[in-house]
Amino acid sequence: MVDTPLPPDAPVAVKDPSRLSLALQSDFFYQFKRSPVAIASFVVTLVLVLGAVLAPLIAPFDPFDPASLNLMNGFSRPMTPNAFTGDSFWLGTDDQGRDVFSTILYGMRISLFVGAAAVLFAMVLGITLGLLAGYVGGWTETIIMRVADVQLTFPSILVAMLIFGIAKGITPVEYRDQVAIWVLIIAIGLSDWVQFARVVRGATLVEKNKEYVAAARLIGRSGPAIMVRHILPNVLSPVLVIATISLALAIIAEATLSFLGVGAPPTQPSLGTLIRIGQGFLFSGEWWILFFPAMTLLALALSVNLLGDWLRDALNPRLR
Amino acid sequence: MRPLAAPARLRPCFGLDPPGCGISAVRMLAYTIQRVFQSAIVLLVVGLVAFSMFRFVGDPIDNMLGQERTMEDVERLRAQLGLDQNFFVQYYRFLEGAVQGNFGVSYRQGRPVAEILLERAPATLELAAVSGFLAIAFGIALGVFTAIRRNGFAAHAIMTVSLIGVSLPTFLIGILLIYLFSVELGWLPSFGRGEVVKIGNWSTGFLTASGLQALILPAITLGLYQMTLIMRLVRSEMLEVLRQDYIRFARARGLRERAVNFRHALRNTLVPVITVTGLQLGSIIAFAIITETVFQWPGVGLLFINAVQFVDIPVMAAYLMLISVMFVGINLIVDMLYFAIDPRLRADRTGAH
Repeated sequence: MVDTPLPPDAPVAVKDPSRLSLALQSDFFYQFKRSPVAIASFVVTLVLVLGAVLAPLIAPFDPFDPASLNLMNGFSRPMTPNAFTGDSFWLGTDDQGRDVFSTILYGMRISLFVGAAAVLFAMVLGITLGLLAGYVGGWTETIIMRVADVQLTFPSILVAMLIFGIAKGITPVEYRDQVAIWVLIIAIGLSDWVQFARVVRGATLVEKNKEYVAAARLIGRSGPAIMVRHILPNVLSPVLVIATISLALAIIAEATLSFLGVGAPPTQPSLGTLIRIGQGFLFSGEWWILFFPAMTLLALALSVNLLGDWLRDALNPRLR
Repeated sequence: MRPLAAPARLRPCFGLDPPGCGISAVRMLAYTIQRVFQSAIVLLVVGLVAFSMFRFVGDPIDNMLGQERTMEDVERLRAQLGLDQNFFVQYYRFLEGAVQGNFGVSYRQGRPVAEILLERAPATLELAAVSGFLAIAFGIALGVFTAIRRNGFAAHAIMTVSLIGVSLPTFLIGILLIYLFSVELGWLPSFGRGEVVKIGNWSTGFLTASGLQALILPAITLGLYQMTLIMRLVRSEMLEVLRQDYIRFARARGLRERAVNFRHALRNTLVPVITVTGLQLGSIIAFAIITETVFQWPGVGLLFINAVQFVDIPVMAAYLMLISVMFVGINLIVDMLYFAIDPRLRADRTGAH
């Protein structure tokens, strides 16, 4: 190709061979195109995330606005006009006449928000402690890794329940429902940081003996600067994989806690809360109140999980 | 020979020993002492957490005395509970009480926590035992099957289903089973333990028809996840072992396929399987919380989740102590057993290499 000189007033972006075209030519994208499972799970995840984010625009009703509810619409079957009002709902309504489709969209918002925020929290905490343990070593490392070992002895869902219980005990009764979502995020995040810390520490131990770290030290950069600016970018790729798989686990953990009644309150129902509510109508024949939230949770957890599995294989050339 | 596929922390190497180090009797003893010491520290720390919960989450006095109380009542109870003493004395007393099985009085039920726990324990233990048995029996059988017939249609089907099973949350499996077998078919009860028979302090559901029926669905729900884990582990270990030279040699000697598969291959996969299964036993008790809630099974897990809902701190603290003793104990036993089971490690000890 002949290099033609650019006109002096051309925008800078044109000079680049464009980031998008680089990404489209990458090995990563090639792997993605070749895997039908990856494409399918990516599409499902994208649709669900978009549905959650755009819930206020998509949802036909606002389930939190009592004015939009009509008790006469209660227990409408999916896709069939209600016997009293003649209104029709895609996925039916619950006992109070709330549109199940709308509550699912809003519930997914809460599920995804709690899951993502919890993973983010666990990630920040785990990376910080892992970097410290790996780079500083000594007593810092011993204490951090011992705590991690002890916590790893217990299943994380149990740890999350305990933290939730303690936090509930500390907050005054009148604030409990308001802070429940944040408590949930902290509880799930605290139960999940160990994985990140262990991986980051392991990678840091390898990286800190490399020449670029020695060079950075030589020119007098401080410990925190070396950790954050030099080592951190080099240990991030395994973190990304763990984060994706953790997201699926966090979504399930949130749903489980909410289902058990120690998570999102009925005023802010997540998918787990909706399933808890729906379980009460299982025996009386209103299956849709339970079925659709359960299917949504399943699709969400499964697609994020498969995406994480694929990402792990794609980022690790040895497994191909 | 392939190194043992054990988690790094199970390997008895410490200090400057190289990886894969052999185990001398002295080192074994030192390792045992070190592990027991570590376990004790873990328990002390958990005890401290449990004690802090009891002491600082809410005021115990507020929780035990109602609205109508005099200052004398408060002072008397404060002295009676030892809350006027310093932190370490209180902590020591708490531990002393916990060791003797005295965990205080439940805020919600007004009865000693130990009494409630003892009453609930048989339900959870029976459920856990049955699901553990199901998980091990079916897990090993299916694992061996999918390894031997690894290209067959059935094996592929089982592996695919197990993948979905792993991503399915436990409570959804429970609800699905209830829907199928209780609501649609009406074959099995959906909640409770059925009729129980009292034998001394132990209430058992094993002896009545309704008790056994009530046990089926919860046991499957609880055991399914562990079963898929064990199955996948057995399968991958089996595939690994079946590639080894001694298997080829056994076939060359003209041994029958069944003898090769079970006497030679399966036996050599059992060490990691026992390790992982042992560690999973603890999780069964912990995951029983979810199953017990779905099926309203009157066990310790349901007690715990109710305690979290109503902030019944003494019950939460006692449950935490109890389950950590169990977890730490299981970990310790599995670590120790690890040497006892594997003849290859014993051979190192007698200096065969």
